[in-house]
Amino acid sequence: MTVVRVPRTARSVGWHVLCLAIVAVVLYPLVWLAFASVKPPDEILSRLALLPTRFVFDGYTKGWEGAADVGFGRFFLNSFLVAGLSVAANVLSCSLAAFAFARLKFRFRGAMFAFMITTLMLPYHVTLIPQYVIFQQAGLVNTFVPLILPKLLATEAFFVFLIVQFMRGIPRELDEAAIIDGCSVYRTFWHVVLPLSKPALVTTSIFTFIWTWNDFFTQMVYLNDTEKFTVPLGLRLFVDTSSQSNFGAMFAMSALALVPIVLFFLAFQRLLVEGVSTSGLKG
Amino acid sequence: MTTLRTPDPPAAPPRPAGSARRRDRPAGRRRKSQPEAFAFLTPWLLGAVALTVGPMVVSLYLSFTDYDMFTSPKWIGFGNFTHMVTDDDRYLQSVKVTLIYVLISVPLKLTVSLLVAMLLNTRRGGGGFYRAAFYAPSLLGASVAAALVWRALFMGGGPVNEVLASVGWHTPSWVDDPQFSLASIILLTVWQFGAPMVIFLAGLKQIPAELHEAAAIDGAGAFRRFRHITLPMLSPVIFFNLVMEAIHAFQSFTPAFVIGGGRGGPADADLFYTLYLFEVGFQDFRMGYASAMAWVLLAVIAIVTAIVFRTAKLWVFYDDADTGGRK
Repeated sequence: MTVVRVPRTARSVGWHVLCLAIVAVVLYPLVWLAFASVKPPDEILSRLALLPTRFVFDGYTKGWEGAADVGFGRFFLNSFLVAGLSVAANVLSCSLAAFAFARLKFRFRGAMFAFMITTLMLPYHVTLIPQYVIFQQAGLVNTFVPLILPKLLATEAFFVFLIVQFMRGIPRELDEAAIIDGCSVYRTFWHVVLPLSKPALVTTSIFTFIWTWNDFFTQMVYLNDTEKFTVPLGLRLFVDTSSQSNFGAMFAMSALALVPIVLFFLAFQRLLVEGVSTSGLKG
Repeated sequence: MTTLRTPDPPAAPPRPAGSARRRDRPAGRRRKSQPEAFAFLTPWLLGAVALTVGPMVVSLYLSFTDYDMFTSPKWIGFGNFTHMVTDDDRYLQSVKVTLIYVLISVPLKLTVSLLVAMLLNTRRGGGGFYRAAFYAPSLLGASVAAALVWRALFMGGGPVNEVLASVGWHTPSWVDDPQFSLASIILLTVWQFGAPMVIFLAGLKQIPAELHEAAAIDGAGAFRRFRHITLPMLSPVIFFNLVMEAIHAFQSFTPAFVIGGGRGGPADADLFYTLYLFEVGFQDFRMGYASAMAWVLLAVIAIVTAIVFRTAKLWVFYDDADTGGRK
């Protein structure tokens, strides 16, 4: 071949340089945010340098005061409450349904499974308005119920599917042995299949947490009182502000809002990435 | 963790489904339900009926009515649908914006994710770190916080403006300019290329190295190997990513809401379909019209998905003869 052979190490160095350049571009917005949150407000847009001339934490103290006498701490508490309950509800309901689909015999199983897969592609909006009317009639708008109840009823088909796929990989001999030893179906589920499904349940938990934490649309539809606001709704208050004086608070609170996800990511990044590559989960 | 044994839907379809069913149901015996099954299914069934099927039927009905939540729905036939196409400029604008967004952001995001996946498909050390770093925006990017950052980055006098100006390209404030605003949202979407990249990478690792070696010996250059080996072998994964990203893109909401200042941006340049639906339903309380919009969205997504599935026969290549007939 006529191609000039580039020495291996040189090619390797070139590869790393290219990858690091992409890392720099990809992570720039996050680094920028971290520094912007401690810059004096007048420097945030006017100076291109990442590092501030002096560190100012006014944004954090001012932002933490929140809005309408409700502190940002309250928004965080609400977000953690909604996300935590969503995780519990999703893991419980989706694993129950998944066990039935993966292991039990019942009429119309094929049809129901096909239906569940179809709902994966269903835009949320076709059920949105009647759901809103139902919750409104029940007096549950402005509570966390509309955000959590759907998860308790396994409407997130994606996770049912994920756990079904995982359970299908567990050798049937294990639960058959338990049944032969006199275990009821319930105990087989609880003591045999569920513990073995832990990786799928962990993936479900992490993604449920992150998606709920990031969710904006549903929370905006259902929560109106500042008391009930979650972090995204608290941040929304900054959407209208264009005055630079508020920038400090906006970026400080934005940075804080991303902290739980970044921590989750750092703790579970291997699991998350494996989860995506094996199941096609959306980020 | 590598213990996740969930098969990858595009590359390794769960084949045993058919055989498993045969095992469950010995020939000649009628299939019986296990009583326990419904205990396990109850939450899901309740959800499916009360929160999915029921509401779908109701919203289909509402789409033919005038409904404001306070007085009972009034039947107006196809009134909502004709109003959309004949009398609602903002609706048509939202369709236009959304189509442009989907048509540009999805191919762009998939191209970037494929290129980066190919870059990472080596045995060199550090691949895991890069993969994780590139994936991070996929988790963060959908949040209000990330969109607020994006808005600041692309504002007049913001870093993007300044950097471009320093190389001689003077752009207006991206977020305030009808021409540039949507572009900044598209870039925010492309920034989240990590999720499809990870899926591409898993697909690339399954392509046997012998294929590339044999082709290289026969004198095929890198581009021809990409065109005639990588692309066909990866086509099921491309297909999967394309369907998922397209469905996702049609429903995008948060970035447009935040970057457009909650109102659809300058001259409605960021008025995404879902944004207008939200406005119609939850600010104007025209619930009938919003339901009709939701059904049109469902129809469009179904049609686009169907088209992709139909054309899949032409360009999606399944290596395994057993699964050749599968859609």
